[in-house]
Amino acid sequence: MFLIPDDFFSRAIIAGIGFTLVAGPLGCFVIWQRLAYLGEAMAHSALLGIALAIVLDINLMVGVFSICLLIAFVLSRVNSDSFLSGDSVLGIMSHSTLAIGLVLISFMYWIRVDVLDFLFGNIISVTWLEIAMIYMASAVALGIIVFRWRAMIGLTVDEQIAAAEGLQPNQTRILLMILLAGTIAIAMKIVGIILTVALLIIPAATARQVAKTPEQMATFAVAFGSASVVGGMFMSLEFDTPPGPSIVVFALLLFLSMATAMLMRKRSQERT
Amino acid sequence: MKDDFDNSVLAKLQSVGVRRNNRWLVRDIDLTMRRGEIVSLIGPNGSGKTTVTKILAGSLQPDFGSVQRPPNIKIGYVPQSVTLDSTLPMTVQRLMDVPQPVDRNELFEVLTELDIQHLANSSVQKLSGGEFQRALLARALLRKPDLLILDEPTQGLDVHGETLLFSRIANIRDRMNCGILIVRHDLHLVMVQTDTVVCMNVHICCRGTPERVQKDEAYLNLFGAKAFETRALYSHLHDHDHGLDGSIRDL
Repeated sequence: MFLIPDDFFSRAIIAGIGFTLVAGPLGCFVIWQRLAYLGEAMAHSALLGIALAIVLDINLMVGVFSICLLIAFVLSRVNSDSFLSGDSVLGIMSHSTLAIGLVLISFMYWIRVDVLDFLFGNIISVTWLEIAMIYMASAVALGIIVFRWRAMIGLTVDEQIAAAEGLQPNQTRILLMILLAGTIAIAMKIVGIILTVALLIIPAATARQVAKTPEQMATFAVAFGSASVVGGMFMSLEFDTPPGPSIVVFALLLFLSMATAMLMRKRSQERT
Repeated sequence: MKDDFDNSVLAKLQSVGVRRNNRWLVRDIDLTMRRGEIVSLIGPNGSGKTTVTKILAGSLQPDFGSVQRPPNIKIGYVPQSVTLDSTLPMTVQRLMDVPQPVDRNELFEVLTELDIQHLANSSVQKLSGGEFQRALLARALLRKPDLLILDEPTQGLDVHGETLLFSRIANIRDRMNCGILIVRHDLHLVMVQTDTVVCMNVHICCRGTPERVQKDEAYLNLFGAKAFETRALYSHLHDHDHGLDGSIRDL
């Protein structure tokens, strides 16, 4: 029988990989549809979600998910007629929700909350129950992505074509927002609010350099993301560095090595 | 045989109007698309051509009038200008599988017909404008559309390229028996195989058949004989004029 080692280190790696399964493909959409800033705003708003979840005594992930959806909804109401552009609205929401969250949590003297755990994640304290939740959420999200993949790629290629050929681009876009909100709710525990978007974008950006098709990019992004989790965790163990940031640093190292390798290959091709 | 006639209708717009922000985008549009017919929809910029294509495709519901479309009509749409984001890795071959995967043999047949088979494994972002246009046309054809909508298909093509493309569009119509709507802002030269020319500026200004101009000395001297195997002149019969805001004035 295959035994899963039950120590904090293994649990952290298992949890992290569970997250990258959905972060890989979704990170690709964040890059393709330029949603990085929206992701950032959603992630920052997570702290408000946490504060409200504590007040209402509901699950933290549910609280974060709901607030992230609210951010996406407000943004969807902004159009070219609005007096502020989408990025300004995101900028306002991103930082004010973070600030409100911090203020609310400071009032909660009756519970011990370490804000740093939320800001930078606390992957080594992840429990089996949380791992089960992460994998369930990942499985649902991944299932939706696979099921709606064609429509999502159709929307990414060209919205006009998607609309004319009956792919319902608006519906697909809403689905992507919901998935992004869900992913950020999962990510909160792994790398924390501040570094979430990094773990969505960096592995996908590494994958972009070698992929020839969207499917390849999504698959490679999962691979690079998982490698970052494993590499970052060992780095954290070896150098006694915080795990969340170590994972992001490792992801960046992968990205830079890939960029260097591609550059050198291009140079050598030009020479011949 | 009466049924045959009814079956050939792909979309029928009757006095269709769309109003946004107290302004008519289009109004009183009567237009019927039939299988095996080529319609050239011409009109100046902002005249509502794209709105009409959206209504035909079913992606926009008009505020007035009625739209009759048989259910499950398959639309193939080639938009005026698409720039694929460079962050999206996409080869020509993969693009053909958007949205559904297609048969590989058919894929290479269509790519060969449009002279882009050698680019099958190239990244879409590395294609020239004309090559990309043909790749998008190939993708639309592989869907085996009932109604093919081409929005400014010859934009960015020289006379030679346009001639080639027109002759291929005619082949497509003959082979696939689909309805083809060609949207253009060039008001005077249309594809010679066009069955109906519809000229619009918010409303439909006039419609008719193109006049064959192959025999016209002056045009032959101007463009060369070959150019007129695929092009025809369309002469407009307007009983009104338009103000700069699109409002209608009597002549």
